[in-house]
Amino acid sequence: MATRKATADTRRRTTPAAAGVESAGDAQATQPVEAQRPAMQTVTINHVSRIEGHAKITIKLDDAGRVTDTQFHVTQIRGFEKFVEGRPYYEMPSITSRICGICPVSHLLASSKACDEIMAVRIPAAAAQLRELIHCAQFVQSHALSFFHLSAPDLLLGMDADPAHRNVAGLLESHPEALRDGIALRKFGQQVIERLAKERVHPSWMVPGGVNAPLDPQVRIKTLEELPGAMAIVQRTLAMWKRALDGFPEEIEAFSNFPTMYCGLVGPDGSLRLYDGNMRFIGADGAIIADQVRPEDYATYIGEASMTDSYLKAPYYKPIGFPDGIYRVGPLARLNVADRCGTPLADAELELYRARFGRIVQSGFHYHYARLIEALYALERMEQLLANPAILATKVRAHAGVNNLEGTGIIEAPRGTLIHNYKVNENGAITWANLIVATGHNNLAITRGVHQVAERFISGKKIEEAALNRVSALVRAYDPCLSCSTHQLGVAAVAITLVGPDGEVFDEVTT
Amino acid sequence: MTEKVKVRIDGEVIAATAGQTILEVARTNNKYIPALCYMEGLSTVGACRLCMVEVSGVARLLPACTTPVQEGLAVATTSPQLESYRKMALELLFAERNHVCAVCVSSGHCELQTLAQEHGVTSVRYPYSYPRLPVDTTHPRFVLDHNRCVLCSRCVRTCAEVEGAHVWDLAGRGVGSRLVSELQRPWGEATSCTSCGKCVQACPTGAMAEKGFGVEEMTKRRAAVSRLTSMREGE
Ligand code: SF4
Ligand code: SF4
Ligand code: FES
Ligand SMILES: [Fe+2]
Repeated sequence: MATRKATADTRRRTTPAAAGVESAGDAQATQPVEAQRPAMQTVTINHVSRIEGHAKITIKLDDAGRVTDTQFHVTQIRGFEKFVEGRPYYEMPSITSRICGICPVSHLLASSKACDEIMAVRIPAAAAQLRELIHCAQFVQSHALSFFHLSAPDLLLGMDADPAHRNVAGLLESHPEALRDGIALRKFGQQVIERLAKERVHPSWMVPGGVNAPLDPQVRIKTLEELPGAMAIVQRTLAMWKRALDGFPEEIEAFSNFPTMYCGLVGPDGSLRLYDGNMRFIGADGAIIADQVRPEDYATYIGEASMTDSYLKAPYYKPIGFPDGIYRVGPLARLNVADRCGTPLADAELELYRARFGRIVQSGFHYHYARLIEALYALERMEQLLANPAILATKVRAHAGVNNLEGTGIIEAPRGTLIHNYKVNENGAITWANLIVATGHNNLAITRGVHQVAERFISGKKIEEAALNRVSALVRAYDPCLSCSTHQLGVAAVAITLVGPDGEVFDEVTT
Repeated sequence: MTEKVKVRIDGEVIAATAGQTILEVARTNNKYIPALCYMEGLSTVGACRLCMVEVSGVARLLPACTTPVQEGLAVATTSPQLESYRKMALELLFAERNHVCAVCVSSGHCELQTLAQEHGVTSVRYPYSYPRLPVDTTHPRFVLDHNRCVLCSRCVRTCAEVEGAHVWDLAGRGVGSRLVSELQRPWGEATSCTSCGKCVQACPTGAMAEKGFGVEEMTKRRAAVSRLTSMREGE
């Protein structure tokens, strides 16, 4: 079992067979194959718990109980882009930040950047620094949430631990110090956001043209005081995680461990960027395929396929096409894409990470590891930004009307590249909007990853606990934000179903 | 010529001038009566029905903003019945248009929102009508969002009575009523508009706002508009 080859890649090229392709015309090619499969069982995983939003996973089995196909569907309705038509563009940051209670800061920033473009302004330097600062704080809190609150039960208690204890309460019993660290780290990030924006959820501080109030010198002092504590938590956690990794050989091997392209923002020198920078696409071998792609050119490189069975669109690298142009975003992708982080501690960790798993890390399981390195980077960036007194400048907002009829804002949200693209009329009313969210970019990879995990861990007509939890854990490794993806507010949940050769439902589980 | 009268508001005897409205007398004597379409310095229209009070000897409720006081008048500003009517009137205002306070420029500075909070409106018992309403973004400096308009006509009166331009009017009937600028022309094309912005300052909600303001950013200077009329009267 341990010698199983990790070569699910080429055969899986056609896995998203259930995808109806809007733009590319090759969907028909997969249809007949579907139709010819007479005997098939389907496993549907509904409500993968501990992720943000609603999703459903279906796993189809043949007579012998082997996995033949998987689907990752998101069950809610898009409609956001239509709903905003006619609204003044400068309302977009506050409206779009309501898409999601989990990542409002990311939407506020991507949206504000798109609006900056419509206004054709270069925002004051301090405003850009403050936006990056709050963004880094959001990274810290979001990565803490993903690692500790959502995934730590699997990671620290073990995938096969009794499900009754494999939760936050179980963690409290066996790993109280880790839980305490997680809570403290997330709180630190949230408090910085609150101090800057005076509001934790949906802050209205980030506005087109900059931010609406300068930095309070007291907030600078307080945050600088607290940073070393937060840094210590991340370093402790990294040390622990590096030791623990040896306990997950099967997960590392089977959690969407396949070659894909990667996409992320980099600076002019190729270093990691979260708030600004241009897009870079690299191939599975690390070769740079497109570099310094400016936000306004994103559509030249990214196509969006509509999935017939999911409201989540599947973006792909346009020059290669669908579905071979599959690429991943988020922590794993960013660390693959960037030449370096650009901060000393994170760079040292990045070197260890690459020394252990290679220059290009393929396994989706390492989203967790990458997340911790990024949390360190975000804290270091916060320190650098706050150390510079220029951040206290009081000119923090540029004012202007409509000077461009289109604007695109791109940032790296904690979960991956986030794109807001708006068109307006002369009066500034939105005539068209397009949003591409991180979970959207990763849609194809998650689908393919579910297939790989299912193939490895599912056999027979029942969804065994071990299989169920690993499929869910794979999805959680990507930290998908489904409320973002479907642009609908939702409760955290996903569900799994197993259907027999004649379409008969064998098993159904809600994790 | 100014005849002095004595009235009772919530039992307290108050000296007033004949011709003053109940609302004016109440306000000058620190008695609270809610009001929305009323604005100091403008004519009164009795449109919102939030200022309804009980007057002894009168079977029906009367709007305080349009009812003049007379000798011996006894007014109750609050009662369980009044409270329930006011709450109902507020809820109907919310149900009639699309008020999404969370993304509104006026949230935190909105008279409708404040009234709702004061009257404990935490949910709306009537079905929302979700009308499809446009946003007029044609004016270079201001924006009119019909979704948030309560048809109070404060902008109409401010423009006609204070600025003297009379750009605004109410067209249609009942729930179909709409605020219109210059015979249905987009605001940006209204030749009579002087772009003074007084209507925006007078508007109690987020229906009228200055362009470029984000959520919660639009504070208004209503007192400045009221002061203009009182200064003119003083001449
Ligand atoms: S106008 Fe007032 S009540 Fe209406 S949405 Fe705006 S803040 Fe809320
Ligand atoms: S725009 Fe404002 S002031 Fe004018 S009628 Fe509507 S709510 Fe009243
Ligand atoms: S304030 Fe009297 S009816 Fe509106
Ligand atoms: Fe989200």
